[in-house]
Amino acid sequence: MEIKVLGPGCANCHKMEDLAKTAVKELSIDAKIEKITDIGQIAMHGILSTPGLIVNGKIKHSGKPLPNLEKVKELIQGVNR
Amino acid sequence: MLKGFSHYVVYALFGLEQGTRLADALNFFIYDTIKIFLLLSVIIFIVSIIRSYFPPERTKRILSHKKEFIGSILAALLGVVTPFCSCSAVPLFIGFVEAGVPLGVTFSFLISSPMVNEVALVLLWGLFGWKIAVIYMATGLLAAIAAGMVIGRLKLEKWVEEYVYKIHSLGAAQEIARQTFKERLVSARWSTADILKRVWLYVIIAIGIGGFIHGYVPEDFLVRYAGPQNPFGVPISVALGVPLYSNAAGVIPIVYALMEKGMSMGTVLAFMMAVTALSLPEMIILRKVLKIKLLAVFVGIMTVTIIGVGYLFNAIM
Repeated sequence: MEIKVLGPGCANCHKMEDLAKTAVKELSIDAKIEKITDIGQIAMHGILSTPGLIVNGKIKHSGKPLPNLEKVKELIQGVNR
Repeated sequence: MLKGFSHYVVYALFGLEQGTRLADALNFFIYDTIKIFLLLSVIIFIVSIIRSYFPPERTKRILSHKKEFIGSILAALLGVVTPFCSCSAVPLFIGFVEAGVPLGVTFSFLISSPMVNEVALVLLWGLFGWKIAVIYMATGLLAAIAAGMVIGRLKLEKWVEEYVYKIHSLGAAQEIARQTFKERLVSARWSTADILKRVWLYVIIAIGIGGFIHGYVPEDFLVRYAGPQNPFGVPISVALGVPLYSNAAGVIPIVYALMEKGMSMGTVLAFMMAVTALSLPEMIILRKVLKIKLLAVFVGIMTVTIIGVGYLFNAIM
């Protein structure tokens, strides 16, 4: 699994990264978390408001407010409501 | 009811004598504080719900390949309801350009978003009355539309950094689930708390200035320098406002103090617009996508537009 956290380095972007890390750990899944901070790269991924969360090439979240940990787990597992 | 409550606190609870300066000031302070925080909470909450229907992705779709005129008007209006923070200005700018949103239209959005927002409007409404709030919103939107259209006409696409045009989205699929109404309410509550946390201190300072400094500094102090009689009042206040940077909430205490001391409305609002719409940090962020020439044109056009708004205001008030 490939998870990307996109954000230029604002407080919420760090929080998003922590959330993703915690979620992966608690779900105990094998995932690579990549942090993308380059603005051009962020735009290239189609994220208009940061922080963004991309799981296996699909945009799962963008902007504020951040999802909570439970929600992040759902987003990562691809559980549809 | 609110008046009764602040009356009760001041005269019964604190046991202050009616009619004294301190009691009046305190009464005014408590009443205004409660009133403005109630207004702020309710309005930010409602606006946050509206915002959840206008994520930037949707705004981008609405604006792409729009005609200049209609596009700028829509962009200025969407700027009010699309959640946006200047930290996302660059990805948003690139995303807009890539989606075929005309340059001028993009600028209308970037101008209106920080300048015309619910916090500014509530504070103006609560402290100066609804007329001022409406006029600020109308002229702010006009300024954003006009400046965007001028930039669009000038055909300055060549002064956007080249790499911006080379970025092509990887076409990552959007899989953001539609929020249920309940989720929107929860998010709105979060946003309201988040915004209040950031602005409460400024708001209290603003009200404090109104309640306590009122009457202690001579009324005509600023009138002599920046009153309606001084034709250079507007450009001077704009020139002072450009290097200053603050959000709408932060600038309100200064605005209140200036008004109390007799600076004319147009001059004060022009100052407020210059502070919120033109800021050094945002320029530095935008420099990543705009060449210095385009930035200079942007600042120049905005300065002229805001000065125009200031004069217009002074003329009609």
